[in-house]
Amino acid sequence: MRFVETVWLVTRKDLLIEARSKEILYTTLFFAVSCVLVFAFGFVREGRPLGDAAAGILWIAIAFSGTLALGRAFERERQSETLRALMMSPIDRPALYVGKLCGVLILLAAVELIVVPLVGLMFQAPLFAHPVLMIGLLLTGTVGFAAVGTLFAAMLVRARSRDVLLPVLLYPITIPVIIAGVRGTAALLQAEVDEPMARAWLSMLVFFDVVFVTLALWTFEPVMTE
Amino acid sequence: MNRLYPLLLLVTAAMFAYAPFMILAAPYESTMGLIQKIFYFHAPVAMTMFVSAFVCGIASAIFLFGGRPGADRVAMAAAELTSILGLIVLVTGPMWARKAWGVWWQWDARLTSTLVLWLIFQAYLLLRRFGGPGSDRLAAGVALFGMANVPFVYWSVNVWRTVHPTTTVVPSLQPGMRGPFWYCFLAFVLLYVSVLGVRTRLEKRRAELEALYLAVEE
Repeated sequence: MRFVETVWLVTRKDLLIEARSKEILYTTLFFAVSCVLVFAFGFVREGRPLGDAAAGILWIAIAFSGTLALGRAFERERQSETLRALMMSPIDRPALYVGKLCGVLILLAAVELIVVPLVGLMFQAPLFAHPVLMIGLLLTGTVGFAAVGTLFAAMLVRARSRDVLLPVLLYPITIPVIIAGVRGTAALLQAEVDEPMARAWLSMLVFFDVVFVTLALWTFEPVMTE
Repeated sequence: MNRLYPLLLLVTAAMFAYAPFMILAAPYESTMGLIQKIFYFHAPVAMTMFVSAFVCGIASAIFLFGGRPGADRVAMAAAELTSILGLIVLVTGPMWARKAWGVWWQWDARLTSTLVLWLIFQAYLLLRRFGGPGSDRLAAGVALFGMANVPFVYWSVNVWRTVHPTTTVVPSLQPGMRGPFWYCFLAFVLLYVSVLGVRTRLEKRRAELEALYLAVEE
């Protein structure tokens, strides 16, 4: 019970700060939309998007804006040494990690709420033809990405050149998640929808989530101890 | 280790000197002919790379959870070697692919996941180089994720349909090829162990030197 309570307290703290400033939400959202626009110019020929472009652009927008949000969320903790204060408080380290992860996830969900319909609209992609599978892919993909991202962003708070190192570390490790997300989404967007394929990629994402969250929970405490 | 080391080096050198004769004597593969010979180089290096990634991951776990600085030095040496071995794999693979498949690179599961594994270890080295103080612990965390990727690379050929030969090739080699193959693998493992030993020692000396400098300054 104490675990859940701690998670809630940490998440609530992050959401409260965000609700007051709205800094990360607005900047991340704007960045995600600009991302979609930039890629739209690269992958649209004579008014029609290239095949599979929508799936790729959607996940690139999520990954890029996710990196931005992660960096900002922990930069905020660094500025007034509040992460150190959190680490000194008598709470379970895994609970702290899960709390931060939930905060990032809720933020990214808010961004996806805008970006997904936008991609669907601009690329004539039937993203909501299979809502359950699509939401499953988005959810598991975001959890996998954010699980690794939260760990590394927290780690890098103390490191030099952290802004550069976050994407450098994050992308190679989360590429499997992004590939699975893109392929799964592309299977749903084909002219002939390939549901078994999308389901296979979804189970792949669940597998990655389990591996990444377990590893992150396991390493968070020793890595964060100075 | 000190006394055994020259012997290890000698055996490794001798094995590498004799390897071309073993590979020459191995039978020709019926469809690929001469180009198949690169297999004796490519596959053992790839297997040694997997071993190296595991050494790095396990040493990092010992460093993270046991707090032994020695394990961190082993992990760093192993990460550097993983990256070099990975480069060899990624260079020899396309050389073979150009002849066997007609293209240098194919975006299939084995090739992509090997590239990803290599990139993770590049990221590890970048973090150690530019992360500043305390980056050793952070890098150890990255190494654990790198190690978790190895089984994925290994099984990728069996899960997806790929152009890359599957893992059944090595156990089902014909007798004439089996000998040279395992000989080459052993040679690379010995080379790996000797270089790992030297690199770890160098790192240890550097840490000692740094400690001495600090002591003088105080």
